[in-house]
Amino acid sequence: MFDLARTRADFPILHQQVNGKPLVYLDNGATSQKPRCVIDALVRYYERDNSNVHRGLHALSMRATDAYEDARARVAKFIHAADPAEIIFTRGTTESINIIAHGWARTHLKAGDVILTTEMEHHSNLVPWQQAARAVGATVRYIPVLGADAEGGLDYATLDTLLTPAVKLLAFTHISNTLGTINDAARLCARARAIGAVTVIDAAQSIGHTRIDVKALGCDFLAFSGHKMCGPTGIGVLYGRRDLLDQLTPDETGGGMVVSVTYEGATWKPSPERHEAGTPNIADAIALGAACDYLDGIGRDAIAAHDHHLAQIAMEKLSVIPGIRIIGPRAGQPRGGLVSFAFAEVHAHDVVTFADEDGLALRGGHHCNQPLMRKLGLTSTTRASFYLYNTAAEIDVLVASLHRIQKFFVG
Amino acid sequence: MSADLSELYQQVILDHNRRPRNRGKLPTANRVAHGNNPSCGDECSVHLRLDGDRIAEISFDGSGCAISQASASLMTTQLKGKTAAEAKKLYDEFHHIVTTGEAPAEISDLAAFAGVHTFPARIKCATLGWHAALNALKGDPLPATTETHKD
Repeated sequence: MFDLARTRADFPILHQQVNGKPLVYLDNGATSQKPRCVIDALVRYYERDNSNVHRGLHALSMRATDAYEDARARVAKFIHAADPAEIIFTRGTTESINIIAHGWARTHLKAGDVILTTEMEHHSNLVPWQQAARAVGATVRYIPVLGADAEGGLDYATLDTLLTPAVKLLAFTHISNTLGTINDAARLCARARAIGAVTVIDAAQSIGHTRIDVKALGCDFLAFSGHKMCGPTGIGVLYGRRDLLDQLTPDETGGGMVVSVTYEGATWKPSPERHEAGTPNIADAIALGAACDYLDGIGRDAIAAHDHHLAQIAMEKLSVIPGIRIIGPRAGQPRGGLVSFAFAEVHAHDVVTFADEDGLALRGGHHCNQPLMRKLGLTSTTRASFYLYNTAAEIDVLVASLHRIQKFFVG
Repeated sequence: MSADLSELYQQVILDHNRRPRNRGKLPTANRVAHGNNPSCGDECSVHLRLDGDRIAEISFDGSGCAISQASASLMTTQLKGKTAAEAKKLYDEFHHIVTTGEAPAEISDLAAFAGVHTFPARIKCATLGWHAALNALKGDPLPATTETHKD
């Protein structure tokens, strides 16, 4: 285990009061906080190295280009990709998935094809596929989630019937942002590969929380955001196998991604430049590289163990609160570092407002999982999501707050 | 509890949340409109029986946070018997209360929601039922949504 107190000291934002109480930040599923070294990397870039990239010939430009491409290589290493050219910098998970939907799905799929996904997807890994299917006359199908509280996870048994030759793409979430379910990514990718389907993993919640090895997983594409792994907002990654990225129709065209341009037309560069038109988000990419270094300095196995530890404590302490309904894996089952719950008599909005009074940052709503919520008969849940700087004592603050809320509304 | 929070969740609001008034469908309704808050899942539908220009009967249904449900409940007690023009005026006054915290003495019940103004994120909860009611009065078939209204 790592030194929690020292880790907390790395994050300036944690040391403040909210409504007169210490901030207890349990909304990491929405975004994570940033350590001093990531903030410093951003500031240092603008103080010392800022220049446009694309291999300019003056000193600052060469430093900026090197730093940007070093960040690309660093991210490749972070997810064990074979080649930095397999890393495209984007604005985030949502843009990454949209790039695949536009540049691969809409050009490669035709009427009668199937895009297979799951019933537990975030809207960003659902709506783009619906739109792509609609555009070409394909169909979206869903691997079901088992259990009245979705406690059974994905129904892997249905893969035998769902993975037909018509399935051309399988897109799924690695860790559900609402349920905390950890899906067997390697198994899903292997099954999809066996029928020649392309795989897309939404790694928004798993990146920075657990080790990810795209070669071992055998996925074709992987998408994630920097801001959920201690990096800045506005930067994300699309990982894709080199041959796929070189075929992908560019989502945006213009400067930086062209080989030659005449008044009659243009030709495209190979990946990664092919998919990075215009001036990129240089500073935030560099800061993302610094976030990779920071997290590996602590160790992602240690972080995953910490997440798991906190999730188990939370499950233990929350499940005895009267009237609570917890969705996702049961206590003792593997679970990512988050817990979503609902009270029959107190709406999530009211829970979050009251909890804010105790210094707690929680999230209430449908968590961009409307179809799943509907299936579970819920309109909203409250979610507490943990990360490397959260403590077991903070879970006690959460529990005390929930007892107080129950008492106020129910009596 | 902080003064702000106890002002927001006053007894009136808790009371209407626990014992909503005029809740349920209205078999004699000749106007219905639905409202929703996409960001949190609050839903509210308002059923009216308009007799000429006057709201003869009103009911609401839906699910959501204490603020949204209590507001819709209280609204139905205020709008019963009012004309469409009077209802619009009451909405404008309610909107003023929840956005500024200022409540004229004569609408003492609606003044219970004055505390909402210190929680701007909850203004949409308080006005959801009212938007649905106004849409019902207009005979507007489209669902009212808090996302297109600036509060």
